[in-house]
Amino acid sequence: MSTAMTREAISALTLEKLLQVAPDIDPGLLDPAVSIRDQYDFDSMDFLNFTIALGHEFEMDIPEKDYAELQSLNGAIEYVSKHLESGASGE
Amino acid sequence: MTEFRLPSLGADMEVATLREWFVKPGDKIKKGDIVAAVETDKGIIDIEIFEPGTIERILVQPDEKVPVGTVLATFCGEAEEKTEKAKAAKHKVERDEQAVATAREVASATMPGAAIPATKVRKRISPAARQRARELGLDPEAIRGTGPGGAVTLEDVMSSAGPAAPAETATHRVETAETGMRRAIAAAMARSKQEIPHYYLSTSIDFTRAQSWLEARNAARPLPERMVYAVLLLKAVARALAKTPELNGFFADGAAQLHGDVHIGVAISLRSGGLVVPALRDVRDKTLNELMPAFADLVNRARLGHLRGSELQGATITVTSLGEQGVETVFPIIYPPQLAIVGFGAIVERIRPVDGQPALRRIINASLAADHRASDGHRGGIFLAEIERLLQEPEKL
Repeated sequence: MSTAMTREAISALTLEKLLQVAPDIDPGLLDPAVSIRDQYDFDSMDFLNFTIALGHEFEMDIPEKDYAELQSLNGAIEYVSKHLESGASGE
Repeated sequence: MTEFRLPSLGADMEVATLREWFVKPGDKIKKGDIVAAVETDKGIIDIEIFEPGTIERILVQPDEKVPVGTVLATFCGEAEEKTEKAKAAKHKVERDEQAVATAREVASATMPGAAIPATKVRKRISPAARQRARELGLDPEAIRGTGPGGAVTLEDVMSSAGPAAPAETATHRVETAETGMRRAIAAAMARSKQEIPHYYLSTSIDFTRAQSWLEARNAARPLPERMVYAVLLLKAVARALAKTPELNGFFADGAAQLHGDVHIGVAISLRSGGLVVPALRDVRDKTLNELMPAFADLVNRARLGHLRGSELQGATITVTSLGEQGVETVFPIIYPPQLAIVGFGAIVERIRPVDGQPALRRIINASLAADHRASDGHRGGIFLAEIERLLQEPEKL
């Protein structure tokens, strides 16, 4: 049985977490394919908060070695999707 | 009766706009209670009260802009309360009259903006959107939001402003968004450069051991317990100051006033431009595990608003870490009236000799600007060397 989340739902939740950490980011202007840090003053503390929020929301751990994969919004959505898929197939 | 005045929140602040009261006449207050939020060049600041008692009158209403030192409210201190009670009978008539006057004042002051009850749920509006709405003369609360949770975004503001928001206002915005804070920073830095005879030192510190230790520590912990390396730097600075106390404190009334406690002003850049330097208190006395959440909380509140007034005062030294964007060396300027400021650059990989062999090491540059009236370069050198020594034993920090 799978309670698979749609890609849209994952995207929306990931964006929501990003905006919780950095509400001054304008989602209309954010390029999801480009590193968030290259577009906004998004520092290591913001990034840690973002990973904490994602980890909490999707009940996953994000090891530091994976941080490079989560630099852009699309990267983060991809990472979360991968995690949810592997979690579903592992059951 | 005691007067509660708008405190100065740093050498560079002159005025603030009252945004919200969290208390009303008759409320009991404890030492350290947050009683009001004011908006300054540094964002929304929560103002605390440091004497217990009971609020009597509110004298400044929301949206009023007032200079530092203005009486915002009056309260009756606990010690006073006893004597007040004794006098109460005698003054009853007077006080009743006063209460009526207060009620009348409050009523008339709140009437025009009657739609602003104290406990309303705030609409989610991004700071950029709020700023822009204000500049365009729009009420941000009245704009329909299309962002997450109905949040009003910059785009929503622009579209509700209509197509007639031309390039002219765009240039205007650049000016207004930053002028206040920019002017404040300029005033403090000009004063520093005019008054303080700086000397500058810089050294490269081998950060390999500290970073490896941190990575191993973080790998073994869940996300919320992970630590950023800045915390190691802050703790090392605080401990190194024990060896060179002449770098910690203020220069005032023609003399250096050294401090036993280490409250580090942490320079935090804001995405909207400018920076704030709130104090992380008692850094030397806190463990790394205590410092991390305190630091995270401070950074978050600096960015999202609601720093406390007490956090904008009292820093005994400042640390600025500009490595996030790859800068290697910082040449910092002292924040008056402090005695010193420490700068850290980016962590970079460099080939360094270790035991006579070339090795790949992680290097961070530490720089110091200090007040020559309080210390000399020799002492500053001892301080930087002590930071390096402490960072070689991160487990002991």
